[in-house]
Amino acid sequence: MVKKEAWGSRVGLILAMAGNAVGLGNFLRFPVQAVNNGGGAFIIPYLVCFLLMGIPLLWIEWSMGRFGGRSNNHSTPFILDTMTKRSFWKYFGVFGIFTNIAVAAYYCYIESWTMSYVWHSLAGTFDGLSQAEVAAFFTSYVDIGSSHTGIPYEAVVFYVLCLLLNTWILSRGLAGVEKAAKIGMPLLILFGVFLAVRGLTLGTSGASAEVPTASAWDGLNFLWTPQFDSLSNPKVWLAAAGQIFFTLSVGMGTIHCYAAYVRSKDDIALNAVSAGFMNEFVEVVLGSLIVIPIAAGYLGLDWVKENAGFGMAFQTMPFLFEKWGPILSVVAGVMWFGLLFFAGITSSLAMGTPWMGFMRDEFNWGRIKGAWSFGAIVLLLGLPTVIFFQEGVFDEFDYWAGTVALVVFALAETVLFAWVFGMNKGWKELMSGSDLKVPLIYKFIIKYVTPLLLLLVFLGALFTPMDNDWVGALNSLFSGGGWALDNSSIIKTIANTGLHEQLAAATDPAEITRLTDRLFYTNMARGILVLTFAGLSTLVYVAAVRRMRSTKRHAA
Amino acid sequence: MNSSALTLMAITQLTVIAITGYFFYRVLTTKPKPEPDSYTEDDAT
Repeated sequence: MVKKEAWGSRVGLILAMAGNAVGLGNFLRFPVQAVNNGGGAFIIPYLVCFLLMGIPLLWIEWSMGRFGGRSNNHSTPFILDTMTKRSFWKYFGVFGIFTNIAVAAYYCYIESWTMSYVWHSLAGTFDGLSQAEVAAFFTSYVDIGSSHTGIPYEAVVFYVLCLLLNTWILSRGLAGVEKAAKIGMPLLILFGVFLAVRGLTLGTSGASAEVPTASAWDGLNFLWTPQFDSLSNPKVWLAAAGQIFFTLSVGMGTIHCYAAYVRSKDDIALNAVSAGFMNEFVEVVLGSLIVIPIAAGYLGLDWVKENAGFGMAFQTMPFLFEKWGPILSVVAGVMWFGLLFFAGITSSLAMGTPWMGFMRDEFNWGRIKGAWSFGAIVLLLGLPTVIFFQEGVFDEFDYWAGTVALVVFALAETVLFAWVFGMNKGWKELMSGSDLKVPLIYKFIIKYVTPLLLLLVFLGALFTPMDNDWVGALNSLFSGGGWALDNSSIIKTIANTGLHEQLAAATDPAEITRLTDRLFYTNMARGILVLTFAGLSTLVYVAAVRRMRSTKRHAA
Repeated sequence: MNSSALTLMAITQLTVIAITGYFFYRVLTTKPKPEPDSYTEDDAT
């Protein structure tokens, strides 16, 4: 029998949970979403969604996890199975393993970029490079054939190193994960505070002859000036709900897994909100004070408006740090990519635990076997995202596993918890051992409001209107003009409509070849994901049969 | 910064910092529950 694991301390558990939630999106996705959705007014729907969807989902997942853990279940298929007599629910639980494996496959690649950029910051690779050259460095880095350190296939080597580090920590079990969180989270906050103070005090000191009007205040004004008219736009509310959803890492199965190791009489209600607010601190306080103000402080607000996005982290920030002098630029580079690395690794470690918990519960695999098998599967799935990054395999994994699957699973688990398991039983589970008096209104919110919001998020993604213009689409629908779908909607994405349209319009043979290749790799990525899901479902089926036989044996 | 942006930023960030600090303080100061007598008791439903 494999030894039962447990968290070493309450603070360790909260830091691990907060580390699971805090990711690169806190620093890169949140400020960009705010900028694109009404500036300061975005914070209103964002906080409303945090209270009506984020916190309820945290409580649901913590409750489900601890409930399942009491019957020795540490992964979602059989956690869900313990909550209902209907056996099909455990196949919904497959999402809680699948998502983690598929997301880890490409997430570890981003994490490896941060590792590599820490190295390059220390080595002075960005010294004297122009903005265009720093941006070109990234493009050349992800073209895996190139090398900037003399190591052949540098991007692949860093990816494998990153994966090995994750696997090694995971092989030390829950104690390893807890230790990584206890080191990583305080360092992340320390680095973040340093950079945030810099962003807050930069002012107009970054203005240059090229951009004489550059000012960090403009960036902060742009981010925080409320545009209250945007509050009536459904797009802004959907964007806020989506941001809350992804920032808290709900709908993944990792929270259930971590909570399954909480003792049955220990608190979950206070722990959940404490970890949730720690994530909000990193996102709202630190995340808003780094990228946007620093970029606006040197490159001007117009540049930020045109270029705000994920790529800024790697393609712009090293260039801006160079302006801080030879020593401070190295310190800032190490801190920035270091904090992104800690944000990444505390999340990717969480992604390994559902698989390890499942294999331990069902097939008696020890933590070393569990960790290395996880590493091997992630490597196998991740290499296509690394090698065919430019062909869109990475994006495809991110869309289906990292976006759509989360919403589907979160919606399903909320219905299960509030309607199938039952709100009274669910509430009793949440309040058992609680150190926090949760307001009774949340019983109503969890039962009605949260599922409704999740359904809206799902439908919003399924039927995204043309150009994300909800007001125009609703007017068109009610005036009999129909509902024109955007190519980013799930329905049009499944049909590859955007790619087909580009192919039909292309005349250049090289462009036609590129698009044809992209179509092939897009479908290949989907095939890999479907096979992974099918493989995991088969494992769950085998585990269920084994459980049934074992029960019969004991009965006999 | 303009005053409306500064006000909204200050209110939001101070609120988030205060609530985060409050919950974390409660976590740190709440006395741990007594250990169960045995694993069986801990695992009992």
